[in-house]
Amino acid sequence: MSKDWALEEHIGEWRAYFSGRQAVHTADVEELEDHLRSQVEALSKAGLTQDEAFLVAIKRLGDLDTVSREFANEYSERLWKQLVVAPAAGTSSSSRREAIMAVGLAIAAGIAVKVPELFGLRLDGRDSDESFYARNASLFVLPFLAGFFALKRGLHKAGWFSLAVPFIAAGVIINLLPFEPEGQTEVLAVIHLPIALWLTVGFAYVGAQWRNHQQRMNFVRFSGEWFIYYTLIALGGGVLIAFTFFIFEAIGLKVEPLIGRWVVPCGAAGAFLIGAWLVESKQSVIENMAPVLTALFTPLFTVLLLVFVVTMIWTGNAIDVGREVLIGFDLLLVLVLGLLLYSISARDPQAPPGQFDRLRLLLIVCALLVDILALWAMAERISEFGFSPNKTAALGLNLLLLVNLGWSAVLYTRFLAKRSPFTRLERWQTAYLPAFAVWAWIVVTLFPVIFKYE
Amino acid sequence: MDIQKDLVAASATPLVLAILSEGESYGYAIIKRVAELSGGELLWTDGMIYPLLHRLERNGFVKAVWGKSETGRRRKYYRLTPAGATQLARQRRQWQTVDSVLRGTGPAGGDTPSRSG
Repeated sequence: MSKDWALEEHIGEWRAYFSGRQAVHTADVEELEDHLRSQVEALSKAGLTQDEAFLVAIKRLGDLDTVSREFANEYSERLWKQLVVAPAAGTSSSSRREAIMAVGLAIAAGIAVKVPELFGLRLDGRDSDESFYARNASLFVLPFLAGFFALKRGLHKAGWFSLAVPFIAAGVIINLLPFEPEGQTEVLAVIHLPIALWLTVGFAYVGAQWRNHQQRMNFVRFSGEWFIYYTLIALGGGVLIAFTFFIFEAIGLKVEPLIGRWVVPCGAAGAFLIGAWLVESKQSVIENMAPVLTALFTPLFTVLLLVFVVTMIWTGNAIDVGREVLIGFDLLLVLVLGLLLYSISARDPQAPPGQFDRLRLLLIVCALLVDILALWAMAERISEFGFSPNKTAALGLNLLLLVNLGWSAVLYTRFLAKRSPFTRLERWQTAYLPAFAVWAWIVVTLFPVIFKYE
Repeated sequence: MDIQKDLVAASATPLVLAILSEGESYGYAIIKRVAELSGGELLWTDGMIYPLLHRLERNGFVKAVWGKSETGRRRKYYRLTPAGATQLARQRRQWQTVDSVLRGTGPAGGDTPSRSG
């Protein structure tokens, strides 16, 4: 009996040690424990004492580091939770280096926003100045963000080169094309350029391994987390600014010009970098919040879309296609897709279909219906008045989303019917990401030419 | 005969699929079966089979179910799916191609004769 007890103690120790690994879950430990016990039983039957049998079994199971590394390769989403937090002893210098790098680049981005002032372009200046800032907004910050990841991932020369090309091209295109002041094509380019360049940042984020689906999914996760962090920083910044106004007002000083011209633009630019750095280094803090947020808003948006579709059918009112409406519906669909993408990235792909999956499918189907209704209205409008840049951009985006959502619905149905693994859906979404980049570049580069800069 | 590490790694997937095509099984039994079939020539690090099985599950080639062992312990069983069977057939063809190329080459274009001198 005491022998058995010794074995239990050994296994208990082994289990505690193995469970400590980030990439290993309880179920995996249990599975390996069954293996260990089977092996010990077999060896004991062959005549070994339990102690000997345990030693041999452990040896055969393999070095725990190697095995858990293999688990880590297989489950990068588990590691993602703690990838850069809790740096093992000895790596603190590299995390400090990263912090310095992030703060340095944030300051650089803040300064970049102010550089055009040296040339007389003022943020609160003439209309043409304002349009300059609107067109170049993403170029003030995203190159620094891309640089941050390129440095962090140790990008090779060719990688740096392919990273620089889109930014330089964007700078040339957006500033040299003879846009009509405040024309539709200019506004469209201003909206689409950040999207195109954000995906270029993604290229740096994945360390040039853009063909790797896991890495792309990690970038999706990063984008979601970054958005949450940025919103939090913006909220905090807002409170800070409100108090600055208040206390200086109390002693009779007007600080509006200082805040409007320096604090807000430089802070907004720098926060891009700080947000990214926080996502990378303090992952676990927010890790539990993002899935909660998607879990909270998925049902709410489903209800909203459901009620909308039913009301539309009930009343027979068609969507009235104006410019704001087009943008509004596109934004709504993009948001739904984002919600979907993010909840997919946070989902354990191994988990069996559950209630929430049915809910997500319902959300996709509702979004599809809304998309089709919007497309319908748009098509009518276009056939009546012809193509305008706004309508064409909205139409293209709607078609893009239609394909994405349509196939997602098919894959999700198959998954729920247990006819295809969840990874299919993940793959579809990550494979689709470049399509958005391509479309954004088309709107930025070809639209102005096609529609003669109107 | 020592089989190279790379070759062991590359052959792991088709071997696991092939063994599962004989029927439902679990990690420990699969390893035992591999040792048995190879006459002890193919030795894996036991722990490595689990990440592999999980990858196969993620790709939909196998399906895992928690069950009970003879002694009542919780045990995870794996079963080949239709997609896994297709994958096995594909990998079999690939290995057969490699094998037939290897057989077809060499000094005599057939079995390697032992050369003297």
